[in-house]
Amino acid sequence: MLEVTNLDCVRGDRRLFSDINLSLEPGTFLQLQGANGSGKTSLLRILCGLLAPARGDVRWQGANIRSLGEEYFTAVTYIGHRNGVKEELTCLENHRINNGLAGVELTKEEALEHLEKMGLPGRENLPARLLSEGQRRRLALSRLLSSSTRLWLLDEVLTSLDRAAVTLITSVIEAHLKSGGLAVVATHQELNLAAGSFERLQLTS
Amino acid sequence: MLTMFRWIVVRDLTLAWRRRADVLSTLFFFVIVVSLFPLGIGPESQLLRSIAPGVVWVAALLASMLSLSRVFENDYHDGTLEQMLLTPQPLLLVVLGKVLAQWLVSEVPLAVVAPLLGVQFDLEPRTLWILFLSLLIGTPVLSLIGSIGAALTLGLRGGGVLIAVLILPLYVPVLIFGAGAVDASIMSGNIQANMLLLAAFFLLALVFAPWATSAALRISLE
Repeated sequence: MLEVTNLDCVRGDRRLFSDINLSLEPGTFLQLQGANGSGKTSLLRILCGLLAPARGDVRWQGANIRSLGEEYFTAVTYIGHRNGVKEELTCLENHRINNGLAGVELTKEEALEHLEKMGLPGRENLPARLLSEGQRRRLALSRLLSSSTRLWLLDEVLTSLDRAAVTLITSVIEAHLKSGGLAVVATHQELNLAAGSFERLQLTS
Repeated sequence: MLTMFRWIVVRDLTLAWRRRADVLSTLFFFVIVVSLFPLGIGPESQLLRSIAPGVVWVAALLASMLSLSRVFENDYHDGTLEQMLLTPQPLLLVVLGKVLAQWLVSEVPLAVVAPLLGVQFDLEPRTLWILFLSLLIGTPVLSLIGSIGAALTLGLRGGGVLIAVLILPLYVPVLIFGAGAVDASIMSGNIQANMLLLAAFFLLALVFAPWATSAALRISLE
């Protein structure tokens, strides 16, 4: 499904990684590991098409993602380490707008249900600037609940989440893998997944 | 496709409402700059009348510079801009939505208060009306062209000054024909040519600017 061939990444005058080859089938969970600055975020940004690689190709279902354009984005959900949460908007507005931008129309009831599931009940009308770091992360990740995309690219997904939230996200990712999705996740923590095939990529500079 | 456009516009208008101070500061900047001229020059109505079109238009350019440097800045810092680049819709729509919201919030108020300010320059009612119209047609061009500069200077230190240096020269044709229309109306001449040229600039910018802005955004976010 997702194939990566001879991928090189150069940022500034530093070569972050070179010759990365991957071939991921549906139901695969790929954990990216590596020291700080080893290029985990850059690799994820290349995979979602925000960053152009110095060399190499990323192919989705056989087609280069550069030539797929917007069509590729219907298959991808990327959540970066910046949460994409607007401080001035309430949790409910943030959640509905984030979904709207990803092409998913949510009714108010559905959005409230998601927020409750993500452990943010009673905070739907609170401006996001009053949330703690972990709660913001939860709010950003609540997009995964309504996402119907096949490929999830998650950067430092478990940072500042408590144990309950980690369990919740793990189960959401498991359900995603079971339904034939792929997930590429950069994280230092171990996820104990009960479903899908687990792969690991160690980035060394 | 249109729902996506609507989400962007509604989102940006809501954000502007929550951050009213930003919007109002631009408007007050415009009001104060324009009002300083009659105070500085004194009550020479002939002189005031002849400088009015240029003064109001230059102040509008500067005021729109202030608000334009913020179009993409906040979204860039909190990560919402990269999400917008990853939407399954053409990026052009996102850009058009954001520019439309910026124009409604920051530029339309300038056009609305301009006739009031024009009274200080002893302009006639007909000229005030032309001033309003010329700003209404001309300011969308400022928003569209300015969005290119805002996208190019995204994330740079001192971006505010840089955007002015990049974009103000491109505003010159709009300034010439916008102020020209008001001038012509003072001389009771024909305003049609100036207005049509402004409208032509608008259409041209509508076609090319969103495309350039999209490309600049992709480069800035790499």
